[in-house]
Amino acid sequence: MTSPPSVSKSMTMGEAGLASGLGVFAYVCLFAAAMGHDTAFTFHASLATAASLIAVAAILNRYFARPTGLPPQEIGGRPNYNLGPVKFASAMGMFWGIAGFTVGLIIALQLAWPVLNFDLPWTTFGRLRPLHTSAVVFAFGGNVLIATSFYVVQKTCRTRLAGDLAPWFVVVGYNFFILIAGTGYLLGVTQSKEYAEPEWYADLWLTIVWVTYLLVFLLTLVKRKEPHIFVANWFYLAFIITIAVLHLGNNPALPVSFLGSKSYIAWGGVQDAMFQWWYGHNAVGFFLTAGFLAIMYYFIPKRAERPVYSYRLSIIHFWALIFLYIWAGPHHLHYTALPDWAQTLGMTFSIMLWMPSWGGMINGLMTLSGAWDKLRTDPVLRMLVVSVAFYGMATFEGPMMSIKVVNSLSHYTDWTIGHVHSGALGWVGFVSFGALYCLVPWLWSRQLYSLKLVNWHFWISTIGIVLYISAMWVSGILQGLMWRAYTALGFLEYSFIESVEAMHPFYIIRAAGGALFLIGALIMAFNLWMTVNAGEAREAEGAGVLQPAE
Amino acid sequence: MSEHSEIDQPSGRSTTGHEWDGIKELNTPLPRWWVLSFYATILWAIGYWVVYPAWPLVSGYTTGLFHYSTRASVAGDLADLERLRGEKMAVLGTASLGDIEKDPALLALARARGKTVFADNCAPCHGSGGAGARGFPNLNDDDWLWGGSLDQIMQTIQFGARSGHAKAHEGQMLAFGRDGMLKRDEIVTVANYVRSLSGLSTAPNFDATAGKKIFAENCATCHGENAKGNQEVGAPNLTDQIWLYGSDEATMIETLTNGRAGVMPAWVGRLDPVTIKALTVYVHSLGGGK
Repeated sequence: MTSPPSVSKSMTMGEAGLASGLGVFAYVCLFAAAMGHDTAFTFHASLATAASLIAVAAILNRYFARPTGLPPQEIGGRPNYNLGPVKFASAMGMFWGIAGFTVGLIIALQLAWPVLNFDLPWTTFGRLRPLHTSAVVFAFGGNVLIATSFYVVQKTCRTRLAGDLAPWFVVVGYNFFILIAGTGYLLGVTQSKEYAEPEWYADLWLTIVWVTYLLVFLLTLVKRKEPHIFVANWFYLAFIITIAVLHLGNNPALPVSFLGSKSYIAWGGVQDAMFQWWYGHNAVGFFLTAGFLAIMYYFIPKRAERPVYSYRLSIIHFWALIFLYIWAGPHHLHYTALPDWAQTLGMTFSIMLWMPSWGGMINGLMTLSGAWDKLRTDPVLRMLVVSVAFYGMATFEGPMMSIKVVNSLSHYTDWTIGHVHSGALGWVGFVSFGALYCLVPWLWSRQLYSLKLVNWHFWISTIGIVLYISAMWVSGILQGLMWRAYTALGFLEYSFIESVEAMHPFYIIRAAGGALFLIGALIMAFNLWMTVNAGEAREAEGAGVLQPAE
Repeated sequence: MSEHSEIDQPSGRSTTGHEWDGIKELNTPLPRWWVLSFYATILWAIGYWVVYPAWPLVSGYTTGLFHYSTRASVAGDLADLERLRGEKMAVLGTASLGDIEKDPALLALARARGKTVFADNCAPCHGSGGAGARGFPNLNDDDWLWGGSLDQIMQTIQFGARSGHAKAHEGQMLAFGRDGMLKRDEIVTVANYVRSLSGLSTAPNFDATAGKKIFAENCATCHGENAKGNQEVGAPNLTDQIWLYGSDEATMIETLTNGRAGVMPAWVGRLDPVTIKALTVYVHSLGGGK
């Protein structure tokens, strides 16, 4: 309460609307909690009631505390960037990253030593696995994407983020979705669609949040002060729009009751499978690829202080990537009930996707030309560059695995897990780490606490990734070969359980790799914490750098 | 676009003239190898579409030059497998269990088939090597609940024990305590008596005479006067060292109080007759067959 409310101060439409809307929502959720058919639904409705009331209090508190007007769009002729939501999402990204990596390590250990599921329903592999995938992809990755997109779109459009409360609604609402999804998994709530496990009510909430996200991003682009739209923003926009389409396409469901957590998906049989992998593969393509390519296109040139290697390549590979990715989903359903023609299309479009993917890698790596020497001295830049190298490796491996003869060996084996993690740990993880190492000092106007610790993080995590993916390659190929081995008499050489026994040493190595990756991330969390709380102040970001682009 | 373009020193390229937050772009042309590789993958895809089923039509789809289908391919693979297994598989279907064991080639075939079937169907309860677990009999020893001859093993595999199948082995260990047939102290006494039959230690104040009397009146019907068991009703031999559920006093009291009725599923209908035959021969050859 810095200044008492003056007579002329009045609530904005947004403040009044959102506060009263959330008030009504809290009331509805209270009834839903009282009348819910199952514990999980009651629990979630109670959480929603509490969260809505807290949000209403926060909005009112902000109203009474703020001066008469809203924050200005510009201060002294320079854009007054809205960094609060960016800070929040960055911090949540780091938090969920540690949580997601930890759960990943637990389930890796469970696969090596099943006794570690403790025979409790909440800690079984089946519940912790979606908790891990959602925590790393949607919670860690999603928060990093929202944070960086809100930062990059402001800086490259030279304008304050559109909306007053809307950006806060996006970051807080998104994290509330994660809370509902994550606690739901632990309680056994799932609609059994991989990477789309949250039930109908969580899906509806995410839809509201995501549409708001799209509007904030789009309206910021609309009021930009630059004549052109920067390449990173094309990728962010493609990511936001496509994820909205995928989410709506894959999740239409009919709840058994509007007061219960169970629902049934509208699609059935092989159509459902096709929708699922159209969604699943493009979650990889647009969430984990397009979104993080946007991060690459801003943070690598910025950190290396070099121009983007090729404008033309960025245009061509962007449109090729967007057009081709959306067809590739059926390669997840090779040798299933999916018609042969659909399998062919999935495979051939995956092959055609190889070069468009590598276009991004070339643009990322070659941006370093003229600045390669910085890799020796700047571990943050090294992290960013190595992430692009992992991106290149994973996007070669992916098309290769989509070829049917290769897939007949690799499908359902740990090779797939290894492939995913070379992309997830190497590409998504490292590019996110690199971006956060840049972003946190910029946001809090501090010097990074320790570059030496970044170096330790880099090497420990790199060794972890190498252990992880090489263990999974070996175990995956071993599995594939054991499953298809026939004796001279024409019978299977190995039983399934023998292949499981053969995996044991590799599962231990994988868990060791995951532990190293987690240790690296903990070092990072400490480094960022110290940066914010004990780092040396630095010149306000952009003081001498920002020049009008004419 | 080039109104503000400049020459970038390290690369010698011109920039596009755009700038965002200090980031510029170079006017580098597309790498030639990249363009050619991209075209090559597109050509390869088009070629693949010509050869294989690819594009949906109003009704049906383009079937490709050779009308390839995954379904036909699997059928072909299965036929190849049948050829590899050879005529001996047909003989396996008609030969008697005894004949199979006498013919080395047939025996090898039956064991190979039986081993894979055992691993995928039986191992979850009986263990990969058939060594059993608590409540699940060891198939390597010569102690059989329902008989260890080829025919008896096949009978058990086909119809199971207490499986619900009409021809299943029935008979179970009764719940003497729960159903009020024996009092708690009688159960303790007879448990100690049974332990004494196989040379296990007994409680200090245990009354052997009373135990023998209780056994004769309640247990001997199934387990026999000499406690050697009866395979007709699946009653185990109580004088050996082999125990399905355990031989300590607490476990015996538990067995006597609540009874035991483990289930072996019926495999007839789930496995084809030739496979059941092969599995019988495999189990019989594990070491305990009679």
